[in-house]
Amino acid sequence: MATDFLSASDTKRARGLGASPAHVVAHWKAQRVTAVANLALLAWFLGSLLMLPAFDHATIVAWARQPLVAIPLALVSISTPWHMRLGVQVVLEDYVKSEGTRFVANLAVTFYAVVVGAVALWAILTLALGNPNG
Amino acid sequence: MATFTLPRNSRISPRGRHFPAPAGATRTRIFRVYRWSPDDGANPRFDTYEIDLDSCGPMVLDALIKIKGEVDSTLTFRRSCREGICGSCAMNIDGSNTLACTRAIADSQGPITITPLPHMEIIKDLVPDMRHFYAQYASIRPWLQTVSPTPNMKERLQSPEDRARLDGLYECILCACCSTSCPSYWWNGDRFLGPAILLQAYRWLADSRDEMTGERLDQLEDAFRLYRCHTIMNCATVCPKGLNPAKAIAEIKKMMAARA
Repeated sequence: MATDFLSASDTKRARGLGASPAHVVAHWKAQRVTAVANLALLAWFLGSLLMLPAFDHATIVAWARQPLVAIPLALVSISTPWHMRLGVQVVLEDYVKSEGTRFVANLAVTFYAVVVGAVALWAILTLALGNPNG
Repeated sequence: MATFTLPRNSRISPRGRHFPAPAGATRTRIFRVYRWSPDDGANPRFDTYEIDLDSCGPMVLDALIKIKGEVDSTLTFRRSCREGICGSCAMNIDGSNTLACTRAIADSQGPITITPLPHMEIIKDLVPDMRHFYAQYASIRPWLQTVSPTPNMKERLQSPEDRARLDGLYECILCACCSTSCPSYWWNGDRFLGPAILLQAYRWLADSRDEMTGERLDQLEDAFRLYRCHTIMNCATVCPKGLNPAKAIAEIKKMMAARA
């Protein structure tokens, strides 16, 4: 598609490696779905905390052991790290030029998100299903 | 990383030249114009020209033509139609990308600062290298593409309603004011198509006669080509034709979501 005023190298640069459809629309959708989920879940989370009569250990444990508290808490621990992982990937693509640095940074962010989610889930499961007096 | 400081040889030198107003001029205006030549090895500088507005046309382009014609013939810039339809005189005037021919001198208070379109490689003075921009435009195949046979001895017809869907798209003159005002295009212009080219891409996606919609979307479905747009909206703010590339890009994203 070279035209008279464009050299072959101009055309090659613009065409690059071609379009990569790999998960790109799914990524875009997942970022928006987790954003809506976070809005609802975090509104519930803050509202519920503020409505607690006290913030001592026994009150928090009793609160977190209810299924309708433990389940949304578990969902927050999945949805927010997932959203963070998707969002930071976009920021890295915007600002980090080097493919290698970007790959390593994305890997680190992915592991960080999984570890944060796993630790949070483990804490919630321990609260909800463990011995309340333990 | 994205580069936030200029390389050493692009920093503005304080040694600009000054051209005072002719004797007897009563209504003058200062123009600070970015100057850089590939031939002298010097850093870029701002030259200042004091122009007698009583002997100058009303637009910024009139002042540039007056400078080149009467004051300093070494000043280099592109211009052609002087009425906002060719897009040649796109440049940054007082911090905003626009066309010098449709920007009135009276719209600025005080000295008027003129630089080339931002974040482009410069050929000389106010003339940026547009080759990559044009190659990106060519890459979206900006012409009618069909698979059905051409109607016998007739043009492909379009209803007035379908034609109206191209309003706000067909008016684009490819001046690149929008793309070169877009931070995403600054940081990733090698791969991101930018607002102008994406608006043009949508112009063909929205055309009732074009039959390559799927193939066109295939070519745009890319984290860099399309999805670097984060709805910053500088494009819509600066477009000298009053178009809204951000909206056209949002329409492309909706088409992507509809078929995923």
